[in-house]
Amino acid sequence: MTHAPSLSATNPTPTSAGGFFRRFRSAPSEPDAAKRVQFNSPLLPYLFLAPQMAIIFIFFYWPSVQAIQSSFYLEDPFGFGSTFVGMANYTDVLKSGEYLSIARFTAVFTALVTFFSLAIGLLLAVKADGIIRGNATYKTLLIWVYAIAPPVAGLMGMMMFDQHIGPLVKVAAFFGWNMQVGLNYNDTAFAMIVVSVWKQIPYNFIFFLSGLQGIPVPVREAALMDCRSGLRRFWTVILPLLAPTAFFLLIINTTYALFDTFGVIDVMVKDKAANNPITLVYKVYMDGFRGNDLGGSSAQSVILMIIVFVLTIFQFRFIERRVHYN
Amino acid sequence: MAAINITNVSKIYAGGVEAVKSVSIDIADGEFIVLVGPSGCGKSTLLRMVAGLEAISKGTVEIGDRVINDIEPAERDIAMVFQNYALYPHMTVYNNLAYGLKNRGTPKAEIDARVAEAARMLEIEQYLSRKPRALSGGQRQRVAMGRAIVRKPAAFLFDEPLSNLDAKLRVSMRGEIKQLQKRLGTTSLYVTHDQLEAMTLADRLVVLNGGQIEQIGRPLDVYHTPASTFVASFIGSPAMNLLRGTREGTQLHFGSQVLDLGRAPAFPGQITVGMRAEDLRVATSGDQSLTMKVDYIEELGAQRLVHGTVDGKKLTASLSPEIDIGETMALTIAPERLHFFDADTGKRFGQPFANTGYDRLSAPAIKLEAAL
Ligand SMILES: Nc1ncnc2c1ncn2[C@@H]1O[C@H](COP(=O)(O)OP(=O)(O)OP(=O)(O)O)[C@@H](O)[C@H]1O
Ligand SMILES: [Mg+2]
Repeated sequence: MTHAPSLSATNPTPTSAGGFFRRFRSAPSEPDAAKRVQFNSPLLPYLFLAPQMAIIFIFFYWPSVQAIQSSFYLEDPFGFGSTFVGMANYTDVLKSGEYLSIARFTAVFTALVTFFSLAIGLLLAVKADGIIRGNATYKTLLIWVYAIAPPVAGLMGMMMFDQHIGPLVKVAAFFGWNMQVGLNYNDTAFAMIVVSVWKQIPYNFIFFLSGLQGIPVPVREAALMDCRSGLRRFWTVILPLLAPTAFFLLIINTTYALFDTFGVIDVMVKDKAANNPITLVYKVYMDGFRGNDLGGSSAQSVILMIIVFVLTIFQFRFIERRVHYN
Repeated sequence: MAAINITNVSKIYAGGVEAVKSVSIDIADGEFIVLVGPSGCGKSTLLRMVAGLEAISKGTVEIGDRVINDIEPAERDIAMVFQNYALYPHMTVYNNLAYGLKNRGTPKAEIDARVAEAARMLEIEQYLSRKPRALSGGQRQRVAMGRAIVRKPAAFLFDEPLSNLDAKLRVSMRGEIKQLQKRLGTTSLYVTHDQLEAMTLADRLVVLNGGQIEQIGRPLDVYHTPASTFVASFIGSPAMNLLRGTREGTQLHFGSQVLDLGRAPAFPGQITVGMRAEDLRVATSGDQSLTMKVDYIEELGAQRLVHGTVDGKKLTASLSPEIDIGETMALTIAPERLHFFDADTGKRFGQPFANTGYDRLSAPAIKLEAAL
């Protein structure tokens, strides 16, 4: 299962993100006459598309097909051929109590990480927007600092919970909480969520901030004259106008929590997965590469693929419908 | 409905720019005041201070009996119409109108009634369930007006509400705003840089220049007795002709050309003389005259604007299309139609003669429409 975070990085502004979804959906029905380019040779456009198609094929379709195929086989752990077992890998996985509890944890983990990283990112963006409105230099500096932060922030977050030098562990100890990340299930879960959220906040902050800056000033001013409560203005005017950005980030953050948190989990559980919380994607890795159960691992990744597929359809069908694109 | 009293109001922006300099205007209940002036003269700044969107640096603004300097915009009992409409893009037209009322806890039935009434007045009933993006510019403008009307505020504030519309629509919307304001009787403060819009809408004009008031007055008073060369050249189209001249005895000298006034006005030698284009006419034999070298002609249909020079200085005359135009023309003007300004300060010299030929008090307002 490969995920390409660079997809979002090429859409730096939320308006283009909103436009991305809209164009994606309406492209066949309304070709954009102004942007239509004429090629001399009919092969040329395919040539331009080829590198991207190759990447998608090699890193997405090919592994997917492989995964689906091998999920129906039982692989010999020592590499001596494989046996067709039909749905056995799937039924084994779905009947396993361990797998179901990991799935439950993954759901909670994804929901919490998505919610808190969106909420905190939004809160910070709203506060920053109030201060830097109209101050271009300050804005650039702030965004710049946040833009280089994510990998550094992730590293810092981990160090915060380090058993020996982590300040958060010391603070917890001061309050009588003997925090043992990597040993205690709940402590590890807590640290995993905090670091995952912490790492994603800068990204959300930038998108929310530029979304907020994109809301026309006169519309805010009109709201100022129509509504005295700032909180109410936020809920009734600002947030609805921010919805395209928020929806875009919702999808990105769900995917992030499901897949991109792999690194955080890996560092936290330090290969001692037994007593520690892990997510489904980490379980795929554990079973496939540590346990050498390629068939079961493939079945899990196919299940994961289906979950993401259903989730994305759900988000587009039921949430995007309420989003107003300007 | 309420009077608005603006007293010694100044605006100093961060960085020390003084955009509005000690402005005082007393606006009567129900009056339609138009702030007019060139770009950057501080019109919007002044309006936004009244609206509460900019802090007031100095002075006070009262609406009714309340000083509103420190009152929240939503509590000032005013409604504003913005240049680019500023409708809420995610709300239907109905909700755009109802939003301000809902936030004030108006009962649902009352909101329905008020929205229906405003929509009927503005003929936007069939768009109530649409989003703003599905409306034309003119329709959006009506919705923006509706949003102000439903609130039944003490005052309307307009910041160049028509400048995004095409010329024809602008003229018809102008008429509607005027009618609506008269019908509702709501005190209004209206900002524009278009002097024609200002003349047609205003009960009284406030001409601003560089953050200061040049003149306050009824449109015709301002037109016929501009307080300065700035006002003279800003109000009226074509702009008033302004010529440097010298008075010697009863005579005005423009270079080698001379006009005899018949009597000596009470001001010194170097002056600026103002002449409205429509006050100039072709001299018949016996009239004293100025000789204009004709450069080019603008045909307006009903009149014809003849541009040329007198003694090397630009002059424009508005003449009947029946008159033949030559290379040079002899033009004359009645002495009481001349305006005199201080050559240095540009300030108007008070009534130079006893009778100006224009009775400012009895002049009926209807004449304005005819003149324009
Ligand atoms: N936020 C600000 N900070 C500093 N100076 C400002 C600010 N806003 C406006 N100004 C200055 O104040 C002056 C008046 O601006 P204002 O917007 O009131 O002009 P205006 O008369 O409405 O012009 P226009 O007809 O172009 O809208 C201008 O010189 C402008 O540069
Ligand atoms: Mg302005």
